[in-house]
Amino acid sequence: MRRRTLPGFGIGLGYALAYLGLIVLLPLAALAWKATGIGLHGLLHLLESPRTLAALRLSFGGALLAALLNVFIGLLVAWALVRYRFPGRRLLDALIDLPFALPTAVAGIALTALYAPNGWLGRWLAPMGIQVAYAPLGVLLAMVFVGFPFVVRTLQPVLQSLERDVEEAAESLGATRRQTFLRVILPMLVPTLLTGFALALARAVGEYGSVIFIAGNIPMRSEIAPLLIVQKLEEFDYAGAAALGVVMLVFSFVLLVLIALLQHWSRRWAEHAA
Amino acid sequence: MSAARISRNAGTGQWLGHAAIIVLASVFLGVFLLLPLASVFVEAFRQGAHAYLASLHQPEALAAIRLTLLVAAIAVPLNLVFGVAAAWAMTRFEFRGKAALGALIDLPFSVSPVISGLVYVLLFGAQGWFGPWLAVRGVKIIFAVPGLVLATVFITLPFVARELIPLMQAQGSEEEEAARILGANGWQMFFRVTLPNIRWALLYGVLLCNARAMGEFGAVSVVSGHIRGLTTTMPLEVEMRYNEYDYVGAFAIASLLALLALLTMAVKTFLEWRYSAEIAAHAPGGH
Repeated sequence: MRRRTLPGFGIGLGYALAYLGLIVLLPLAALAWKATGIGLHGLLHLLESPRTLAALRLSFGGALLAALLNVFIGLLVAWALVRYRFPGRRLLDALIDLPFALPTAVAGIALTALYAPNGWLGRWLAPMGIQVAYAPLGVLLAMVFVGFPFVVRTLQPVLQSLERDVEEAAESLGATRRQTFLRVILPMLVPTLLTGFALALARAVGEYGSVIFIAGNIPMRSEIAPLLIVQKLEEFDYAGAAALGVVMLVFSFVLLVLIALLQHWSRRWAEHAA
Repeated sequence: MSAARISRNAGTGQWLGHAAIIVLASVFLGVFLLLPLASVFVEAFRQGAHAYLASLHQPEALAAIRLTLLVAAIAVPLNLVFGVAAAWAMTRFEFRGKAALGALIDLPFSVSPVISGLVYVLLFGAQGWFGPWLAVRGVKIIFAVPGLVLATVFITLPFVARELIPLMQAQGSEEEEAARILGANGWQMFFRVTLPNIRWALLYGVLLCNARAMGEFGAVSVVSGHIRGLTTTMPLEVEMRYNEYDYVGAFAIASLLALLALLTMAVKTFLEWRYSAEIAAHAPGGH
């Protein structure tokens, strides 16, 4: 180990650890402790409740679908922004961060105003039989919105540094553009797409503010798991709220570990292909 | 719309393909991002400028604005000091458990805002660990301003540290070591060498931290108790007005938050354009 010539190790690390301990670890310990209060029987009872199951299915299923949609849309948008020069490109590029910068409650009421049956877009969709607001589709829309920047922003630097000579080599060897994209470019992008997917997923699973306005929160149909936690709190069912919180955290953790494994595997596969 | 940079052997069919990608991406961004933003302002002014201004002049609106500024004014500096201390320890020294510390700093980004608020209710609420002890002493944290501050600190904890760590890692410590050898004490080294080197990244992190602090909804909603004029921040006031069918009032407050978002994005874009080298490559997680 290098000799410590710089000061501030003790105070820097000590302060950071104390702060993290008080702000993050102690409260999470309280969550875990309180969750044990409902017991194994209580946990099974909670997970057998059709309403809880429906909410968990919507939160996790919706978030998975939203993250998947964001992978496709994000790839298209990042590709357009990196590969082409066109009027308004810089403005559109700056606009990508809007879902990060706009408070979720504002996004929620704005999306509802647009997609409600009498809204700007909703009035055109309603006659076609497409109900977005106050339906599961609205939940999905809000989840796509909040997760949208992650895929674009992870992809952009990678697309920028992608070496053109690999593509040119493929083309000069007679590959069509389609083949070049599917066989050469896409495999190199898979690990990055998975990173964006994981970030968008983590964000969408826990999302609350933008979803609850547009969802309509109909039990069994458009009610998300975080809202159930809030309702349990309002009924002073602290143990139930904590248990559902722990269930959500464990599910998210398992999903993120699976994605990390997939990423590890895809990176090795991409290296073999190259 | 014209694609100015077209590969050298582009035929008409290929040009159409390029144009299609550009048009598709632009239309999507327009409908999906620009339209919601525009709708905030249109709905806010639906009954004219007079109604807009009147709804912002109500005492609850002014109280919400003051409270939002107060909470951010406490939470952001706390996370600023934490971010600098954590980045200093993580980038200037080797120690065991560094990776775990990094993961712990990122943790709040993958926790649902509702759970971020819930944990403090379980700690300080009436039935919480410290609830009874606090109640005897007349200290109120949940359904009061300290709870709002704590939930906001939790949510925005990673922002400054995440901007500083990759930058300070890349910069290395030669300049600081030189300052020490030339006789600077710890604080002189920090204020004359370290701080000038990280100032733009620091500003960048503070900007993102502040935007999230002022706009946070889920976490503060759980600890607030929604007491009008006392514990409702601007996003909570938006919710309450909206649920009372006061749409102009809700969108009026929302328009102020949207302006904050636009300002944040403008400054962010400017910093990235002007000081890109001094901000360093940063991971996009959770901006």
